[in-house]
Amino acid sequence: MPAQITELKVRDVAIKIHRAGSGPLVLFLHGAGGVPQWLPFFDLLAERYELLVPEHPGFGGSDDPPWIRSMPDLAMFYLDLLEEAELDGIHLIGNSLGGWLAAEILIRDRSRFRSLVQLAPAGIRAKGVPCGDNFIWGPEEAVRNLYHDQTFADRILALTPSEAQMDLMLKNRFTVAKLGWQPRWFNPDLEKWLHRIKLPALVVWGEDDKIMPPAYGALWRERLPDARLIMVEECGHLPHVERAPRVARHICDFLEAVVS
Amino acid sequence: MKLVSFHLMPYRPLDLAEAAKHRSPWVVLPNRLYDPVKGAEEYARHIDALVYAEELGFDAIGVNEHHQTAYGLMPAPNLIASALIPLTKRIKIAILGRALPLVNNPIYIAEEFAMLDNLSKGRIIAGFVRGIGSEYHSSGTNPYFSHERFHEAHDLIIRAWTEPGPFAFDGDHFSLHYVNLWPRPYQTPHPPVWIPSQGSSETVAWAVHPERRYPFLVTFSSADLVARYHNGYRDQARQYGYEAAADQLGWACPIYVAQTDERGREEAGRAVETLFNDFLRQSFEMLMPPGYTSIGSMKNFIRNRTALGGGRLTAQALIESGTALIGSPRTVLAGIERMRERTGFGILVALLQFGILSDELTRRNMDFFAAEVMPHLRD
Repeated sequence: MPAQITELKVRDVAIKIHRAGSGPLVLFLHGAGGVPQWLPFFDLLAERYELLVPEHPGFGGSDDPPWIRSMPDLAMFYLDLLEEAELDGIHLIGNSLGGWLAAEILIRDRSRFRSLVQLAPAGIRAKGVPCGDNFIWGPEEAVRNLYHDQTFADRILALTPSEAQMDLMLKNRFTVAKLGWQPRWFNPDLEKWLHRIKLPALVVWGEDDKIMPPAYGALWRERLPDARLIMVEECGHLPHVERAPRVARHICDFLEAVVS
Repeated sequence: MKLVSFHLMPYRPLDLAEAAKHRSPWVVLPNRLYDPVKGAEEYARHIDALVYAEELGFDAIGVNEHHQTAYGLMPAPNLIASALIPLTKRIKIAILGRALPLVNNPIYIAEEFAMLDNLSKGRIIAGFVRGIGSEYHSSGTNPYFSHERFHEAHDLIIRAWTEPGPFAFDGDHFSLHYVNLWPRPYQTPHPPVWIPSQGSSETVAWAVHPERRYPFLVTFSSADLVARYHNGYRDQARQYGYEAAADQLGWACPIYVAQTDERGREEAGRAVETLFNDFLRQSFEMLMPPGYTSIGSMKNFIRNRTALGGGRLTAQALIESGTALIGSPRTVLAGIERMRERTGFGILVALLQFGILSDELTRRNMDFFAAEVMPHLRD
């Protein structure tokens, strides 16, 4: 099912949004890699839901306004965007950096949201459990460390990106550094406010996540007021990519229960 | 021509075979490979070599700042400068330079330089750098804001040196209610500022601006690249409506002078190879963290690096590309004169100890350089 691509202008920022399916509204917030392609996971969700996948400011086909300088800025921008687009009753899904963003949005204003799914989110720190340093890893190492199942990495590494794709990857990487280099992958002022996310929440973690260690999953379950944690076997940092059918099924079951 | 005897203070006792098993001698090389007894001896011998430059008639001694690496043992170059002051009399001491974006309060850098300037009665040259990419990994500083922090820290330091205090400084990264230096710098209006750089076009455009006209030192590049950067600086100056002076253009280069070309290669070939292949070995991800340069500069860097060739660099290749000047006095002088013809540069920053080069050979190199090359470079 091909996604439609629309553009939304919020203040001075044009945002590219992928859209598919119909039903209750699901908003997916992507991680550090952006949205280089439409995923099988998105199709699985779009069978039952209206799925919106925006590219964040500074990523992919969206504008890169210089005044967005931090994750709190990005969260405030999304509150503007939701108001502008008049979106309500949203089921929010975030992966990695997108999960961090989801939490930053929800501690500020959860009124437009009905539930939260966190797929290996960044944003808080478990002291003594360092994240993987994917800024120092080489290109192959960085791809391999994303996955448990190395056939996923092999497929990606077999491709030669075009100049335009390289430019987009650099653009994403610059923005990711701006938002997450220091403190690395967390906001020291986020964890203490997670109790405000009074929504049903599902936290999903790959047991073999080499970027955000699984110990972080337990911390999220503890800090979110109403969260369940699912550990996914034989899975790395991108559960929705590596174990798409299983993760989509968990999410759909969770959303069914929330909606009914 | 101004002549600087420059030193990196490498940790020469490094077990190179062991170091090669790690990602890089920067950031992640386990510091159990540092032996304090040998290290202390290294400091003593390197300082001897630095001080010897005065006796030989150099204009300046150059030191620099690098962190968490066997490449250089000077995370705090001002400490070395401070040690050099009472050991020397007239020679300038150039700190090439302090990495401004890495600190959270640049006033401390302004203060340290002002202290050194007073202690030396005006013999300090203040280099400002951004720190290399690896230092954004080791310090945790966000490379995306590197340029912003550099410019802001620079403005703060210059104002602290020149404007009556106390005053307030309202920056985005540094915000201070009281800027009020005690001591003020000895030199008026302040110590000369030099900008060593790997050639980032943003840095060149900034240094050349008529308000600054800071000497720009190109470090460790092939002769063609050095010429391109120098002439790029000259072109920019013309766009600003002035002609760059010779002493606005510097070249930092490993130099080894011997009786013959052959002896030069025999004595220094392996050492220069260790500098480039062992001590400087860093991945692209370490050298170019995202945002450290613009996307355009980053792509240029990738192209230039590819042109330099993958794999280990041989002494032969480094000599042929003009990245290092090694050989008889005639050969070395010819390399310098050729660059002078191409760019009209006026500051030679000679790295006379590099890699594992021994004290004995360093001393011999310095003597040869002073006796056979230096006299020809005096204008």
